[in-house]
Order: sequence, then structure tokens, then C-alpha cells
Amino acid sequence: MSFDNVYAALTGDGDARWAFGTGFSDPLAGVEMTPADDALAGYCLMLGDDALIMSHRLQEWITRAPELEDEVAIANIALDLLGQARLLLARTGRDEDELAFHRDAAEFRNVRLAEIPGGDFAHLVVRLLAFSTWRLAVMDRLRLSSDTVLAAIAAKSVKELTYHRDYAARWAVRLGDGTEESHRRMRRALDEVWPYTADLFATDPVESAPFAVDPATVRAEFDQVIAEVLGQATLPAPPDAGRAVPRGEHTGALHPLLEELQSVARALPEATW
Amino acid sequence: MVTTATRAREIAETVTDPELPQLTLAELGVLREVTEDGDRVVVSITPTYSGCPAMDTMRDDLVHRLTGAGYRDVEVRVTLSPPWSSDHITESGRRKLAAAGIAPPGPAPRRPRGPIPLTLGPTRRAACPRCGSTDTEEVSEFGATACKALRRCRSCREPFDHFKEI
Repeated sequence: MSFDNVYAALTGDGDARWAFGTGFSDPLAGVEMTPADDALAGYCLMLGDDALIMSHRLQEWITRAPELEDEVAIANIALDLLGQARLLLARTGRDEDELAFHRDAAEFRNVRLAEIPGGDFAHLVVRLLAFSTWRLAVMDRLRLSSDTVLAAIAAKSVKELTYHRDYAARWAVRLGDGTEESHRRMRRALDEVWPYTADLFATDPVESAPFAVDPATVRAEFDQVIAEVLGQATLPAPPDAGRAVPRGEHTGALHPLLEELQSVARALPEATW
Repeated sequence: MVTTATRAREIAETVTDPELPQLTLAELGVLREVTEDGDRVVVSITPTYSGCPAMDTMRDDLVHRLTGAGYRDVEVRVTLSPPWSSDHITESGRRKLAAAGIAPPGPAPRRPRGPIPLTLGPTRRAACPRCGSTDTEEVSEFGATACKALRRCRSCREPFDHFKEI
């Protein structure tokens, strides 16, 4: 039994005394949908894992951001991505908590860009710029997905990601066209982050399905937006993106990230919240 | 017989938003359909943002209010399409936001043809809900909740929330 109402869980004597609150925190509760086959579930898992892992890396900035306003902004972006992750994981037809908390690193399907360890604030800005520019371009096309639920999730995500990309782009310009030190740090961040962007455009077999978007088709838009931002930021063109690795291959950073993300759920498997 | 419920809808429309208690869910535009079949009611609501943490509370409040009014079986469903827009906030909702010191949203941006354009500087305007001055500046596009941005009035110097256009 699970409760989504903290008071119901505290009383511990079942939900009979409550007129409401009988454990239904499914973010897609009541949404009409066809069961997801393996291919659709696999695709939703990929997009959901990208958002979940990226959200966790952003959450690591909470209490560490340079300004209170940025802390709030980063937390908001992380919350949007967590919401997208919940919707996408729920669309797989499997239990979202089971997927988030009880899979090991090898079973995660996120891109490596989302999982690499954080660095300084410039590193955050460059990673978020690449991630949100790519994801916005993918989600914008996914609004036309043959799966109506996925199309609806994408339509919501587009509105959110537009704000995320603007946030990262404005900071990229401010830091790149800022002081000598901030410019130097942005160049260093580009060198560190950019090798992982090659993965973003490598087509996974499932991405040629009619419900999916082939990420290779968003490459031109991505390059154009990045060139516009880096130009305004007086930064040079990014370094070579390097060699793409397929989804499912991870860096050593994912395991310790999951250890933290999953620690409470695994230590207290019976807990409800 | 399933009908578009008048009484159940009237009751559902009195439920307020957990984070903006000045506004009802109907005024916020998140209350969609209410249908009634005997003592069974089905209500559909839509999230403002994907990660909106208030959805569970909204649903509990709707179930609580409707069961309190005598409906035995109340189901609250999520609906995602069409996505919520700040344009769905009603006129009375906008007045209540302003009265609560939150600048109401302007029209949601129109989607141009082609790729979504990048916005490298603040473009939105909002009048100060305290003194009415239009000389205000954006502090951050992200505020205390997902749906609000933070602004500052250059005339009366007070900070204020601005309901974001999406």
C-alpha cells in the first residue's frame, strides 16, 4: 500500500478513516492511453532517464549556487525535469519509483552528458546549454509523435525547456563576454563538456519508430543555436565533439550518482512518502 | 446517465489552489471537465508545469470537497492535452492575482514558424502591482514557484512576483 498523503501514512491505521488519500500518485492517473509496447517503453525510458539524471546533477547545486536567484532558478529547472521524468517513466507502463530507485547503472539509458560530474558554475552553464538546446529541439518535433501521450508530454516540455535554454544562454553570454577569468572558465568548460555532445545525435534503433524523433535531424538546429550563443559570448567555436557512444554505455560517474539518488529508497524499501 | 455536471462543477469550482489560495482552480485554468453520473463524479485537472508539486493536494481537496457535498464516488483524472497556458487564467483570476501583489501574465508568446527563437535578454513587461508603475525590471525568470518570475519596481523599489507567460 502506498500513501501520497503524509498524514495518512503517519496515522498508520489504514485509509478507512480518511475520506480521501488512498495512494494514487501516478502522474498520468486517468490519462487515456494504449499500453506501451517494448519499443515505446524503451524510448520513454531513454527520454525519462535523461531528465532524471540531469535533474539530479542540477539538484547538487542547491545551497551552492553563486546567488540566491540562481539557486531558485536551478531548483526550478531541476523540478521541471523531474516532472518530465515522472511523466515519461509513467508512460512506460512500469512503476516510476521502481525504475528510478531499483535499477543499477547498467540498466539506465541516459546520455553521458547528463551524468558527468559537475565542475564550476561555467561547467553547469555549458552543460545546461547543450542539454536544453538539444532536448528542446527534440521535444519540439516530438509534439507530432504518433503516440498522443508522448506528444502531450512533449508539448508541455517545450514550454519549460524554452525557459531553461534562455537561462543557460544568457549566462553563457554574461560569462563568456565577462571578465578574463569568466571567459577562461567558459572555454575550459567547453573543452570539458563538448566531447560528450556527440552522443546526443547518435540514432538509437528505437528512434527510427514513428512515435520517436531521430536526434540526427536536430543537429543543424542545435549547431545554429550554439553558434549564435557562443558568438554573442565572444567564445570560439566549440571543440570537436569526439566519438559518439551508444546509449547504455556510461562513465564511472553514474554509479556514485545513483548511490546517492537511491540510498533512502533502498535502505527503507517499505517506506512510503 | 453521464452528464456535464452543473452542481458538481459548481462545487469543484470553489476549490482553491494550494499555492495561490486567492484563486480557485477554475480561475487558474487547471480545472477542465466535471462529469456526473448519479453519485459518481469524474473531474479532470491539468498541471501548470510538468513538475507541479501541488497536483496531489489539488486532487485531495477536490475529492474532499465533493465527498463532503454527498458524492460517494469521486475520481480525479490528469489531462495533459492541450497543455496549460497562462492564457487560461480567467479575468477574475487576473484581478485576484494583482490584488495579491502578483503581476498577472501578459499574453503567452505566439509560436513563430520554424525553430523556437532564443531570447538573450528580458523581453517581458509587467506593471508593479503595488504602485502601478510600468518602470520595472526582471530580477530572475524563476521565482518562488515554477509559475512565477521575480521582478523589481524601479519607482517604489519593492520586489514583486510576476506570473510567467507560457
